[in-house]
Amino acid sequence: MELVAIGCSTGGLRALQVLLRGLAPCPGTAFVVVIHTASADADSLCHLFARHAPMPVLEAVERTPARPGVLHVAPPGYHLLIGSDRHFSLTVDPKVCFVRPSVDVLFESAADTYRDRMAAVILTGANDDGARGLRRVRQLGGVALVQDPEEAESSIMPQAALSIAGADYCMALADIANELNRMCLP
Amino acid sequence: MEPDLDDIELDLFVEALRRRHGHDLSQYARPSLKRRVQGLVRQHGLEHIGELTSRMLRDAAFLPQVIEGLSVPVSEMFRDPFVFAALRTKVFPTLASYPSINIWQAGCAHGEEVYSLAILLEEAGLYDRCQVYATDFSDAALARAREGIFPAREARAASLRYQQAGGSRTLADYYHARYDLVKLDAALCRNVVFANHNLATDGVFCEAHLILCRNVLIYFSNPLQDRTLALFADSLVRGGFLCLGTKENLALASAAINFATVDGPARIFRSVRAT
Repeated sequence: MELVAIGCSTGGLRALQVLLRGLAPCPGTAFVVVIHTASADADSLCHLFARHAPMPVLEAVERTPARPGVLHVAPPGYHLLIGSDRHFSLTVDPKVCFVRPSVDVLFESAADTYRDRMAAVILTGANDDGARGLRRVRQLGGVALVQDPEEAESSIMPQAALSIAGADYCMALADIANELNRMCLP
Repeated sequence: MEPDLDDIELDLFVEALRRRHGHDLSQYARPSLKRRVQGLVRQHGLEHIGELTSRMLRDAAFLPQVIEGLSVPVSEMFRDPFVFAALRTKVFPTLASYPSINIWQAGCAHGEEVYSLAILLEEAGLYDRCQVYATDFSDAALARAREGIFPAREARAASLRYQQAGGSRTLADYYHARYDLVKLDAALCRNVVFANHNLATDGVFCEAHLILCRNVLIYFSNPLQDRTLALFADSLVRGGFLCLGTKENLALASAAINFATVDGPARIFRSVRAT
């Protein structure tokens, strides 16, 4: 896998900590996270994730590439997109699903480029953002992983993803981490 | 691998828009342009970008809607209040030393930042010395900016940001609320000229002491970002200020050499041209 894109909302900080602790470093894969948070700035999100992630954690900076072996965090207040040159771009376009950054925006832009070389992950959340993006990822051959709604702190987002996009894997966080390791490690 | 048909159609759309109407979007950042064009396709109930291209070619009356859809200007009053606070404390004192002050708000969208800045200039006692040029490439956006009407539901959060920016009154002093809208005091526009200007194709617009262009260059390709920064350098008086969006990355722009950082997080720079 060249890219693993992760989206989450309510309960996402806790879920990500579990997921990140289960990951191997995966030097050939770029990771990108969109999380809806009320007020946190990108720096504090990066610091928080760096405590649990086995790879370097950096804010996604516009005009820079999605780098293998790095976890990139979308800055609050901007939509994050990845172009065909695998570089990030940011926009202040209207909110999608009442949020910015939107998981749909990241997934839809990345799917066009990475196609079957990406995995998209939907975790806990209290809205349906990410479901249409996940559908696009699957249509173009990417792998969809959704947190088991039973386990999720808020089941709405994984449930919406399952009903709109379906999933290749619907499992607990620990199993998602194992599955990603299997897909990303040589 | 099968080519992405949307990408091919997007190229043709850009070419058609340029040849038919003279608007050149070829130097816009591709991911956001693609998303906006796809948004237009959905908004007008079409199936493919190709259908949008065809309609735009044949129906001249359709063009303003296309332009408006592609500019989708989104801002809010006093967005990133710490930036306005920095303008107040780090830029205004220098502006105050000029007998007359030219300010260029490039890409003014619906005018949220024009009004925000006018309020702070007023409170600093500088506004009557200011000439503000507010430009955008969308006539529809300019018309909205002139009106100064915004949704009332945004006013509460805007008031808070105004306070955080160091505003000395209350924001409600500057607008009238009616139903679910607020209209900003027209007097805030007495020194503002709204004009159409296209950063992608037009040249130097004025000699400015301060240029604000926040979250506009993020929509441009690297070459157009560079060109625009050079245009700003040419438009600023020596020591003039430039304020960009807080997440803009100038690392790839050679024209950034014309600017020294005044406040990094607020993305406020000063022209350091030798001329």
